[in-house]
Amino acid sequence: MQQVPALKIDGITIGQSLAIIEYLEETRPTPRLLPQDPKRRAQVRVISDVIASGIQPLQNLSVLKQVGQENQLTWAQKVMRSGFNALEQILRSTAGKYCVGDEVSMADLCLVPQVANAERFKVDLTPYPTISRINKTLLALEAFQVSHPCRQPDTPPELRA
Amino acid sequence: MQAGKPILYSYFRSSCSWRVRIALALKSIDYETVPINLIKDGGQQFSEEFQALNPMQQVPALKIDGITIGQSLAIIEYLEETRPTPRLLPQDPKRRAQVRVISDVIASGIQPLQNLSVLKQVGQENQLTWAQKVMRSGFNALEQILRSTAGKYCVGDEVSMADLCLVPQVANAERFKVDLTPYPTISRINKTLLALEAFQVSHPCRQPDTPPELRA
Repeated sequence: MQQVPALKIDGITIGQSLAIIEYLEETRPTPRLLPQDPKRRAQVRVISDVIASGIQPLQNLSVLKQVGQENQLTWAQKVMRSGFNALEQILRSTAGKYCVGDEVSMADLCLVPQVANAERFKVDLTPYPTISRINKTLLALEAFQVSHPCRQPDTPPELRA
Repeated sequence: MQAGKPILYSYFRSSCSWRVRIALALKSIDYETVPINLIKDGGQQFSEEFQALNPMQQVPALKIDGITIGQSLAIIEYLEETRPTPRLLPQDPKRRAQVRVISDVIASGIQPLQNLSVLKQVGQENQLTWAQKVMRSGFNALEQILRSTAGKYCVGDEVSMADLCLVPQVANAERFKVDLTPYPTISRINKTLLALEAFQVSHPCRQPDTPPELRA
């Protein structure tokens, strides 16, 4: 697919972030990233898919290139507002401390990076209080900090934490 | 537990809805269809009533076991976990990963970029070129992936969630006149799958909301 991420693990290489995460969950099951109950698992997957299929692909680099430089900001903002409208509504019925109840799940792993994208494209988050609250709570967790774009091997010096 | 059949909100030609229809057919799950016409009345998916059911304002959505689930792959994974036979995902985690990779390539990498709402934004004069470009690019990748995973079907010799994604996407490609000659593995698998009953009963040409002129 000529995209990141790709993970080389256990003798195979897997692309597609959610396929990678589900593989990690199945082979290294603790701590869990998906609840035990099938209905809650469905909620986690719905939220993850809304972000990973419904929002991000429409504002990724290659689509933005095709949309053209003068249209990029408007396009990206429109895509994200539309997606966040839906997400806010969904989260109001699924969220506890995190996206689904009170345990961190795959949905939370999708939310934080997407909010970062929204901030980068100057999307106003005021209409999405549930998204904002959960994002803030998650960013305080160590895993979300060590993995942050500002702390990576390839983070440019001027953006480094 | 809720009494009554599951309800599928579906549009005959929606490739995402077709994926779920195939899953329901393969698992012999009897259901009712509530057609949502994506074009009529400005798009019935935008009604307040439907938005309350599925905030994404998209089909498919499945009302089952007292809940409503949107997002075709989330629906299929739920069906797999609650009605596990026949399987739609292999037992082995590495093969499961292959099934999910192929499904995600289609469901995140290709279809969203050529769905109705994106095409509307791209503008009518650009739609065909855009859709073809998206699908060719995606099929290039898919063909390469399938060459290492496919047997009779997308992953080995058992029908999986990947196959449920493939056939509707090929139908989209045909509708947008994408030449499939560069993708022999995709074509072969598609042909094999279309011969199966579940892929036939769920076909866009045989749905309650199929327009008369397109009916099989």
